[in-house]
Amino acid sequence: MSTASVKLPNWINYGLMPLINLIVAFLISGLVIWLIGESPLEALDFMLRGALGSGEAIGFTLYYATSFIFTGLSVAIAFHAGLFNIGSEGQAYVGGLGAALVALALDHYVPWYVTMPFAILGAALFGAAWAFIPAWMQAKRGSHIVITTIMFNFIGAALMVYLLVNVLIVPGKMAPETRTFLPGGQLPKLDWLMAIFGMKLGAAPLNFSFIIALVMCVLIWLLIWRTKLGFEMRTLGVSPSAAIYAGVPYVRTVIIAMLLSGALAGMMALNPVLGASARLQVEFVGGAGFVGIAVSLMGRNHPLGIVLAAILFGLLYKGGDELSFERPAITRDMVMVIQGLVILFAGALEHMFRPAIVKIYTRFAKG
Amino acid sequence: MVDVAAIELLGIDKRFGSVHANKNISLSVAKGSIHGIIGENGAGKSTLMSILYGFYQADSGEIRVSGKPVSIRDSQAAIAVGIGMVHQHFMLVENFTVLENLMLGAEGGAFLGRGADAARNELKRLEAEYGLDVDPDAVVEELPVGLQQRVEILKALYRGAEILILDEPTGVLTPSEADHLFKILEQLRDQGKTVLFITHKLREIMAVTDTVSVMRRGEMVATVKTKETSVEELAELMVGRRVLLRVEKQAANPGDVLLSVKNLTVKDGRGVVMVDNVSFDVRAGEITGIAGVAGNGQSELLEAIAGIRKPVSGEIYVNGELLTAANPAKLRDMGLAHIPEDRHHMGLVLPFEENENSMLGYHHDPLYGAGPFLDLEAIRKDAADKIEKYDIRPPDPRLKTANFSGGNQQKIVCAREIERDPKILIIGQPTRGVDIGAIEFIHRRIIEMRDAGKAVLLVSVELDEIRGLSDRVLVMFAGHVVGETAPDADEKTLGLMMAGIAA
Repeated sequence: MSTASVKLPNWINYGLMPLINLIVAFLISGLVIWLIGESPLEALDFMLRGALGSGEAIGFTLYYATSFIFTGLSVAIAFHAGLFNIGSEGQAYVGGLGAALVALALDHYVPWYVTMPFAILGAALFGAAWAFIPAWMQAKRGSHIVITTIMFNFIGAALMVYLLVNVLIVPGKMAPETRTFLPGGQLPKLDWLMAIFGMKLGAAPLNFSFIIALVMCVLIWLLIWRTKLGFEMRTLGVSPSAAIYAGVPYVRTVIIAMLLSGALAGMMALNPVLGASARLQVEFVGGAGFVGIAVSLMGRNHPLGIVLAAILFGLLYKGGDELSFERPAITRDMVMVIQGLVILFAGALEHMFRPAIVKIYTRFAKG
Repeated sequence: MVDVAAIELLGIDKRFGSVHANKNISLSVAKGSIHGIIGENGAGKSTLMSILYGFYQADSGEIRVSGKPVSIRDSQAAIAVGIGMVHQHFMLVENFTVLENLMLGAEGGAFLGRGADAARNELKRLEAEYGLDVDPDAVVEELPVGLQQRVEILKALYRGAEILILDEPTGVLTPSEADHLFKILEQLRDQGKTVLFITHKLREIMAVTDTVSVMRRGEMVATVKTKETSVEELAELMVGRRVLLRVEKQAANPGDVLLSVKNLTVKDGRGVVMVDNVSFDVRAGEITGIAGVAGNGQSELLEAIAGIRKPVSGEIYVNGELLTAANPAKLRDMGLAHIPEDRHHMGLVLPFEENENSMLGYHHDPLYGAGPFLDLEAIRKDAADKIEKYDIRPPDPRLKTANFSGGNQQKIVCAREIERDPKILIIGQPTRGVDIGAIEFIHRRIIEMRDAGKAVLLVSVELDEIRGLSDRVLVMFAGHVVGETAPDADEKTLGLMMAGIAA
């Protein structure tokens, strides 16, 4: 009780504490790896080298991070308005449809930079549309957003499979996916970005959506902390009763926040669909929507924190891939255990070490 | 009196970060006495009692019960040494019966039958001994608050409490219910129990206690025999300077009707009619007070007028315009400002910076930024101006609102609403949980509003406040306005009206 009220300097709150949490998560992960008879140090080496060891490795890490930035922002903006949107997964999936339809319609006729704004719009609109029904039901009928959004994940998945298998599939082919977009429907790779640092991107799918994601971070930061709408959303999120007192329109604010959340989730689809594989595939989201929850949590719902957390998770994804490839005893599931431990310590147990740090800090500050 | 003190505190010290809540406090409470502890909000009374009841641990110091040093780690330990607490907000399960509430946590085995019988017998004994009669099979939520409080006291006694701590017990009671409580406390004392009575109301201290200790800013500044002191002396000890207990004001000069309520009926969240066909007018240049015990529909009435709660039927005219169930933002535009009853729940967003709360509700004003954007510099400048004008401390518009004291938080709300220069000001409990210094300040501001020709509607459960500020008093009971009196009507008449006896 008493230690919670002690104010710590920012470098401890936002630097030292996440670092300690992360180290503890890695120590326990190391223990798990040691238990199954592998060397933890070697595993760490594989992971870090796999995720950061070359231009290509970094490219993969940032590619994953891009998706997580979008979904992390999606979760965060809803959270600021007091809404727990766990439907980013489904909204991203449906958003992919919007992006793909634009690419399929335009790629024959125009270059990528003309397609891009329409694709962004398409992805955002479809993602927002998928969030609209749960939003409306929450605002008007009081149906709990957690329940409705998770159900819409399933509905979205079923809808997309149906469309890919029956409507969008290339006639005569077995794979449930659209045709490959022409360059006019693709987002270019970021070779130049790597070249600035004297590295080669290689086969890594890092693409222009990374830039879009960073721009979105700035825009969302502006929205939340520098506009009246953002102020109203935050008021509603922290104190619904004070929001009513202040005349913040509940229905409108809830719906706008969820539409924005859905739009950001939808835009995540740009990265794999238009950037990496240049076609719409079944289950292309691959859990990024759910990782977004962890990223938002770990990033304290702040765009800058979300970028850092997204990169960390990108690192875990890419490093984990590498690890399970090099050491088959460490399976994909084991990598998920490591990711889970990071979420556990950095998110759920973030205050576990606080009392101890406060004690040390106050003693240090006094003496 | 017995030689050994029931409770002795020796050098109790407690810090919360930089806040020194209790400074080296020593206190001795005689067995079989009613000992009052008085102090402003934030003086450290609640912290001290929480230490005694095991919610907090003291950083240093010793607690002795009946002469023996004890360590009270949690409420279980407190009960074990015979300390029972009656909380300000009742800790009862509302849809359980009295008996079930009594047994809760002391069921005596996996099956309830035997424990229930034992509890019933014990309850009978307590009733006989202390005159605390209450129907054991009544459902708690159906009992009036006075009786609910009695259940709380019974709960403590049932667990074998020899020392009872009552934390602000009269806030929810009518004057006559409070008097009844005092009788019970006296009876408990006469049976040898020790009572610690915490309050910030001087009248109650004078009415019931044997000894009184005064706390100020975390320190125990005096302990005196109640008989040998006076209200004025205690007030001075509490605040540390001479206090004006009465509000000075000129006669009112009523003008046009600015706020008019006609046949208003409002239900609360559970669908219970809380305001029943109420009509009244509020005139410019006049303070209309609404007296009543908490929970008789005043809150719902205020919320309906402020556009927060939709009435079932009836009309509200603001400045002659029909504005029933209008959006609060629209009402603000019409010149109706609202200082809400509960600043934590409504008036402020506590985790926000002070300057953000300083514009809450008015944030669409172009003063705070053009179009959809916020102009942080303008907002902070505006907040700093208000801080200076209202002497809000600490004077930092970027400080988290939760870190201000109750009085300063209330000043933030008052500054925001009053500085908009509204035509109509509706106020709920303007000084709840506010220290005496700030009360004086806020009262003066309210009178100034009246003198500037504004219509003021004041709702308060503090009778002294209603009588001190209002130009006319309406009394609410069970959703009705049961009558109107002059503010100088005697307390007994008002008390009877508040209890719904005279109409």
